[in-house]
Parts: sequence; structure tokens; C-alpha cells
Amino acid sequence: MAEIKIKNVAKNFASYQALNDINLTVSDQEFMVLLGASGCGKTTLLRIIAGLETATQGEVWINDRRVDHLPPKDRGIAMVFQNYAVFPHLTVFENIAFGLRMHNHPSAEITKRVHRTAELMHIERLLKRYSGELSGGQRQRVAVARALAMEPDVILMDEPLSNLDALLRLEMRAELKGVLAESKTTAIYVTHDQVEAMSLADRISVMNQGRIVQASDPVDIYRNPAEKFVAGFIGNPPMNFLVADKRPDGRWTVGGQPYDGPSCAENTLDFAIRPEDVVLAETGIKAKVNVVEPLGAHLLVTCDVNGAQFRATLDSDANIGRGDTIALQPQLDRIRWFNPSNGMRQSLEKNDV
Amino acid sequence: MQARYLPYVLIAPVSVFLGLFFLYPFYLVAQTAFYDGAGWSLKNFQEVTSYWKFPSSFKNTLWLAAVVVPIQLALALLMATMVNAMKKGRDLVLYIWTIPLGISDLAAGIIWLAIFEQSGFLNSIMHGLGFIDRPTALISYQNPTLIFVAIALAEIWRATAIMLVILVAGIGLIPKEYYEAAQVFGAGRWKQFVRITLPLLRPSLSTALVLRVILAFEVFAVVQALGGTLFPVLMSETYAYQFELLNGSAAAAVALIILGISIASTIAILRVLRVPKGATI
Repeated sequence: MAEIKIKNVAKNFASYQALNDINLTVSDQEFMVLLGASGCGKTTLLRIIAGLETATQGEVWINDRRVDHLPPKDRGIAMVFQNYAVFPHLTVFENIAFGLRMHNHPSAEITKRVHRTAELMHIERLLKRYSGELSGGQRQRVAVARALAMEPDVILMDEPLSNLDALLRLEMRAELKGVLAESKTTAIYVTHDQVEAMSLADRISVMNQGRIVQASDPVDIYRNPAEKFVAGFIGNPPMNFLVADKRPDGRWTVGGQPYDGPSCAENTLDFAIRPEDVVLAETGIKAKVNVVEPLGAHLLVTCDVNGAQFRATLDSDANIGRGDTIALQPQLDRIRWFNPSNGMRQSLEKNDV
Repeated sequence: MQARYLPYVLIAPVSVFLGLFFLYPFYLVAQTAFYDGAGWSLKNFQEVTSYWKFPSSFKNTLWLAAVVVPIQLALALLMATMVNAMKKGRDLVLYIWTIPLGISDLAAGIIWLAIFEQSGFLNSIMHGLGFIDRPTALISYQNPTLIFVAIALAEIWRATAIMLVILVAGIGLIPKEYYEAAQVFGAGRWKQFVRITLPLLRPSLSTALVLRVILAFEVFAVVQALGGTLFPVLMSETYAYQFELLNGSAAAAVALIILGISIASTIAILRVLRVPKGATI
């Protein structure tokens, strides 16, 4: 059982504020992904949980035990590093055994656990090798095996797949998910790759400029971004935004078309829709096609709507060319609204901001 | 010119230089040592090793190296670790610590003589503080241990920095992430040092040790200044044979004995600190 609670954590590097009032709870056995662009503070947060960095303020709790004053070794954690940090002077066996030896496990137990985790990660045949004789993917496996062998309460991973080539990354991603689900460990995983985040996470915390913008399950993050930042960050291509003007009857004009929207004091809102949530129609938002990219399953069409860029993924049978003017109809229940003044999502309910 | 010849052309000057000023003199010394006037023999070696002073000079040389080098190694490791942990002023501290390197070994011996001799600093301080009634001759044939200690101190003071410089460079090459991984997996500071720093430092350790051990076997000026004839070492025997007894063949034989133990210890150090293939940083 390992629940992680982060309370009011902040971190300053000299005058630079890297983390700003972070509050986060990761429940037992949950796979939490910290997602954000580089410099958003996600790695700093992970290192604070690990104890490799000290928070300027705030508390870290693991298992109802406050750990922020403890050295890393007393926190019940294991970690997988971005550059693997597989010790070059030790064999694969000794690398996996390292943590167990430091915690004075009996040697029979160590041998048993090393063989078991090595088998789990498919590296039994490499146990006698040194890190210099391994490929990047194999080193990655050793790093994960070393962490799993500890049978830790919490496993922390700092962009563990980012140094692998695309194919290997895909393979390792699926494997990691399986292995971690099996191990029943609570996991915190840092990445800047949203596909990775989506595919691995039970819950994603999207981070921006030192704060957690939204923490929710992947589908909710994708469908219901809490802020315009998340909407523009998640999804490839990301959400489209168009300016919506309030009409006298309370509805909103978007690209010349009237749509039902929130009732609020604002006179303009940002109308947002995902590229795959629009269809070609007889009438709808008028869009001038600039680029057509056939991607096999569908066409990615980049158009211009009143000067704003708008992307749509359409059926690949659609007969569209550059310069055409098309009408696009959004799927009404997928429309989201954002307040342009603060970037927050505008709920459809009255007086609910 | 073809590119594959270029490396050989470039190392040619230094090869010629070393051949002329190292290999050829070495050949001459070896010839002198193994020649007894009539033909090849080990007579010169038998002569020097059966001389009554040889056992003590041999023993003194090895003892001095065995005491001084480990202390220097420990100090250099400690100092290198400290320098490496410094955020500011690191270079300044390093420069100050390496000042003794710039002093000749004879001068270093004389500095320490000024401390230990009868009218020296140590006597003055002890007398001034009232620990002793009057200055005594510390360095005398009645005090062989103190002579040894004085020589060892002077050597440690003078030559630890050469190891320090090599080890500081070596420690700087160890990536920080290995320490972070070690910390996360349960290693405290001492275990990080023993399990990470020392093994990853093996290449630098062997360089520093080889250099230092060879220099320890060649110790001469410091010993001359502090011990004189009271503390014979192999190098002072070589000097005595060559310039006092005017026996060049015997001097060459002792010189070759020094070379022999230097080579033997170098091989031993390289063996012990060998890094297996694939296990380098």
C-alpha cells in the first residue's frame, strides 16, 4: 500500500520559481504521469519526491509518513533514470542486485530476486555482461529491473523511454505498462510525450510553468481540458480555437454560424473543437483549404476560418483540394468553450464559472 | 602524403628523442651493470647486494614507500572529494594545495629540516611553551624513528598534490547520475564512495599510484637533507657508488635494481586496478 501526497510544494532556484504550490495525491497502485513541455517543473517535482532535490516549502507524504526530510534511501522508492544510470563497473547481475545489497538482503534472496526480475524484463542472458556491452534498450531493461527488484512501494520514472528509438519505445511502453500493473506498485512517470502519457497513465497531471493545470484520467483530459493551455497541448493536432461573438439572443456566432453556448457575462469566448469532431456538410463553418495531407486512414486538412487556422481530419474519400472552400459542421456535444481573459473552461451551466 | 603514414610521421620526432636520450643511455647503463671487465656477469649485482648497507637501504626504501604512498593516497582522495564538493573557490583551494609541487625536493627537505633541527621551529615552540627545558637534537642516530617520521612527513607534504591533481580530474569525470542512482538505491555517503567513486576512479587511481610509487622508490634529496647517512636509501647508495666510491658499474647495478622494483610494482598496480572490458564509464 502506498499513497503519495504532495502538499503545497514549491521550489525556487535562486529567483526562478520552478514549482508553485503543488498539491497532488497519487493513490495506491495508481500509474500517474506528469506531462508537460520541458522546463515546466515535472522533473523537479519527481526529484523532490525522490529526495534528490529539496523543496523550498511544502510536504511530501508516502504511506502516511512524512518523508520530505528523509534521504532518498529511507523513502521506500526506486527510480528509473532518463540516462538509465546503469553502473558501468558492475555486471548486469550486480546492477540489479545493487539496491538489495545496500539493504543487506541475504544473498540467496538477492539471487532469487535478480533472476526473477531479469526474467520479467527478458535479460536473463545478459546477467554477466557490463553496461558497455549493452544496447540502449537493454540498458533500459536493466534500469527497470534494478528498480523492480527492490519491490518498492513507489517507482519513479524520469522520461525512461526518451532515449530509445521509436520502435523500441513503442515496444517498451507496452511492456512497462504490463510489468508495472503486475507489480502492483504505485508509479509516477515523467514525460513530455503525450501519446506515451495517454497510453500508460491511469491519471495524467498536465503541468505548465511550475503548476499542475489539470489532473485527471486520459480521456477526460482529452475530452474536457480544464484550460485552453491543456486543449492546445494535448492532441495531435491539438484542438482548434475560433472566436465566438455573443448574439442578442444569447447564442454565439462562430464562423458565421449560430451555436448554443454558455450563458455568461463575457461578450466573446473561445470556441474549441477537436479536428476529428467536425464533418463535411452542406452548411456550416466556412473554411478555405490551405493544405491537404493524406494520412491513409483520413485526410488532415488545414484551413483558414476568418484568418484563424483550423484543422480537420476528414474521411480520406473526401474529394478536397487546395483552395476549395468547404463547410464544416462540429459535433455539438464535443464543443468546448474557454474564457479568453483567463483561459479557463466556461461551463455550460449558468453562473458556474 | 598518404593519410595512413601521417600518424607515424607525427610521432617520429618524439620517438627519435626518446630513443636517443632514453633507450640508448638505458642500454649503456645496462651494459655497465652486467659487464665485469672480462665478460657478462652478475658480479656487480652480487657486489652491491652483499654490501652491508644494502639490506637497510633496500628496506628503508620499501618501508618509506609503503608508509608514505598509502597515506598520500588517502589524503589525496579526501582532498579530491572535498574539492569536488565545493561550489565556490574550488580552483583557489586547488592552487593553494598544489603549491608544494612547485618546490624542489631538496628545498622541501631543507624546509622540514628547519622545523626539526636542534635550533629549529619545533624545538623553539616546545621550549617556548615550556614543554622542554632546552632544545634537544631530534634528528640523530639515537632517534631513527623520528628521522623516518620527519622524512615521511616531508614527502607527504611535498608530493601528495600530484596525486590530488590526477584524482580531482578523475572524480570530475564520474557522471552525477551514478551517485543519484546509488542514493536512491540505498547507499549512504560512505557506500557511495566505496561502491561508486573508488571503482569508477580506477584508471586515475592507477595512474596516480604508478607515478607516485615510482617517485617514492627514487626518493633522494629529502632523505639527504633530513637523514643524511643515517637513513640510507637505494638512490643515495647509487649516488654514493657513482660519486664517492667512483664505482660506475655498482651504481648502474643499483639503478637497475630500482628500475626492477619500479616495473614490478607498476605491473602489480595495473593488474589490481585493471578495468574489465566494457566496464568503463
